[in-house]
Amino acid sequence: MSGGRAGTAVLPRPASVPVTAVAAWRRRLTSGAAAPYWQVAPLALVFAFFFVLPLAVTVVVSGWRYNEYSMTPAVVGDNYAAVFSGCLSELPGLCLTFKTYLSTLKFCALAWLLTLVLGFTVAYFLAFHVRSVTVQMALFLVCTIPFWTSNVIRMISWVPLLGRNGLVNSVLLATGAVPQPVTWLLFSDFSVVLAFVHLYTMFMIVPIFNSMSRIDHALLEAARDAGASGWQALWNVVVPLSRPGIVIGSIFVVTVVMGDYVTIGVMGGQQIASIGKVIQVQLSYLQFPLAAANAVVLLVAVLMVIAAMTRLVDVRKEL
Amino acid sequence: MTHTRTQPATVGRRDVLRGAAALTGSALLGAPAIVSAQPVTLRYLGTAVNQSKEIAQKVKADLGIVIEYVPVTTDDVSKRIITQPASFDVADVEYFQLRKLMPSGNLVGMDARRIKHADKITPVFTRGEIAGKKIGDQGTAPRKVFYLESKTSTKFSAAPTQWITLIPTVYNADTLGIRPDLIKRPIGSWAELLNPEFKGKASILNIPSIGIMDAAMVVEAMGKHRYEDKGNMSRAEIDLTTRTLIEAKKAGQFRAFWKDFNESVNLMASGEVVIQSMWSPAVTKVRSMGVPCIYQPLKEGYRAWAAGFGLPKTLAGKKLDAAYDFINWFLSGWAGAFLNRQGYYSAVLETAKAQMESYEWAYWMEGKPAEKDIKAPDGTLLEKAGTVRDGGSYEARMGAVACWNAVMDENDYMVRKWNEFIAA
Repeated sequence: MSGGRAGTAVLPRPASVPVTAVAAWRRRLTSGAAAPYWQVAPLALVFAFFFVLPLAVTVVVSGWRYNEYSMTPAVVGDNYAAVFSGCLSELPGLCLTFKTYLSTLKFCALAWLLTLVLGFTVAYFLAFHVRSVTVQMALFLVCTIPFWTSNVIRMISWVPLLGRNGLVNSVLLATGAVPQPVTWLLFSDFSVVLAFVHLYTMFMIVPIFNSMSRIDHALLEAARDAGASGWQALWNVVVPLSRPGIVIGSIFVVTVVMGDYVTIGVMGGQQIASIGKVIQVQLSYLQFPLAAANAVVLLVAVLMVIAAMTRLVDVRKEL
Repeated sequence: MTHTRTQPATVGRRDVLRGAAALTGSALLGAPAIVSAQPVTLRYLGTAVNQSKEIAQKVKADLGIVIEYVPVTTDDVSKRIITQPASFDVADVEYFQLRKLMPSGNLVGMDARRIKHADKITPVFTRGEIAGKKIGDQGTAPRKVFYLESKTSTKFSAAPTQWITLIPTVYNADTLGIRPDLIKRPIGSWAELLNPEFKGKASILNIPSIGIMDAAMVVEAMGKHRYEDKGNMSRAEIDLTTRTLIEAKKAGQFRAFWKDFNESVNLMASGEVVIQSMWSPAVTKVRSMGVPCIYQPLKEGYRAWAAGFGLPKTLAGKKLDAAYDFINWFLSGWAGAFLNRQGYYSAVLETAKAQMESYEWAYWMEGKPAEKDIKAPDGTLLEKAGTVRDGGSYEARMGAVACWNAVMDENDYMVRKWNEFIAA
């Protein structure tokens, strides 16, 4: 209720409005029903300014015409046509956009699968095998160590490890495992996925650990008493109860990977396409409307993926 | 007092240095209020290469003008000029960008009568020649976009006029960088970039408008096609060029592509790549790490680039006068010598020469063996006595220019095809 009162205090009283109307307003604003609206107002405003507005601008601009030095407001589908140019005529071959999305989806799937398995395992260990909360927290902090340096440095530091003259190749050569340095370790699909897993496993660990720490240990004991094997308990008790964490972690990883172009750029040696990179190139050539159209398409694609994932679990209900 | 912002030890021509601009503003607050008139501040928009601390300090000492750097990438310079024309007082722009910048009307012509050394600017810019000999004219050669029809015109004039688009700051001729210790044989042609001998050890830069021209140099050197103008290809030519690149990429020719100065240094220094398109300061940096690297002159010639100062239309009064003072100072020798010592070339050679030691001039500009050790402006050793500059003298290097960085008429199409190449 204090929120409602604070709200009326700052409201100036418009002089020209009849007194009865003002009174009605005041009643409405101070009544209990309005309080929640005042409480969400700050966040809603921030959201409107920094999220809804830019998004609306992006959508609007994606329909504009442009040349190298100016943009003309319009509502045309040219930019979307350009995004999907050749997608029909080149069938059964893939056009640039489809090829890029396919490649991005591939990275998404691989990164998601690996971070999920790894993140789940780590979270499981932290939640069920470490008894002391202090040790739990200490190990949790250990997990964040990779985040103490910048993203780019973390990626670049793979080069001396995986490069042609890197550490891994030196070991392989010295042990006679390979006659010549292997090159697929770096600037390849492998190195991109490796970097994703390295960067984003934490995003899986945190929500899954959060879900797991709420699981009553008595449930596991009950499962064991009822004759479930370790795997059965894991599959039938732990996994279903960790589902919100898994879905939230998956949403994090999938959205980040979908829009990423820095990791793919650096670890892929700039040789692998990504939607983010295409948008960035278009921006640097002042093709704002085209870039906006690409961004809208990307947004729709990501929303579809997320919609599919939230179908699996009602995140709001589970929280 | 002028700058508290730190500069990287070696700055690439198009190094990314974002967001540092805000800091310079706060540095100014600490200025002592001894000077009766407020010192004029010029916001200098450009890439990091010219934005040396030393130049700002010298300008402050000589003219009392405070230079506030706004360091961004080449692409962002265009973006700022088009979208925020009031956010800078002097822009350091590449000539090839002018074809898309001038039609916006955000830059205006500079009055040649107010530029003291205007008639001494090297004929590379004014006439497209060097020592009386015509040089390569393909692409957006500065000669083509040097003059405007009138102060506020958006049309370029072929004949000299009183109105100059950009007063040149630096320019250079780019070629391939190689690792002589790993290649172990002489390299003499652009065609070597796609030679299967270097399969998995080649690289090209992933900046479409420049990369496509390097690729065109290669295609022409391979004898596949003779371009009318590598800086302005037809759609068929763009198709041919990107197809050649895609074939090479699928065959595994490229180890990686690079976009950033430091990436090219890492690729070369680590031995991941032995031949690649490169920029001169990157070669210097690899060499300063003790790794042999040559900026290899090639028989087909160089791809050149040039940058210069432009003025926004919003500039007036004291700031406008200060901008002219600053530009005149830039051409008066000290800055020219400073840039020449980094391996770039300056606009007015005779004033720069007066500020350099004769052995320095002989090494950097005349292509003679260094009499003494050659040092960078900050005093670090660049070359030992006896070395000769890659590519030789100014006349030999700039005289062998084959084409200039450019924006094509079919720019949109080219960018799309380039994206296809990256996705292939």
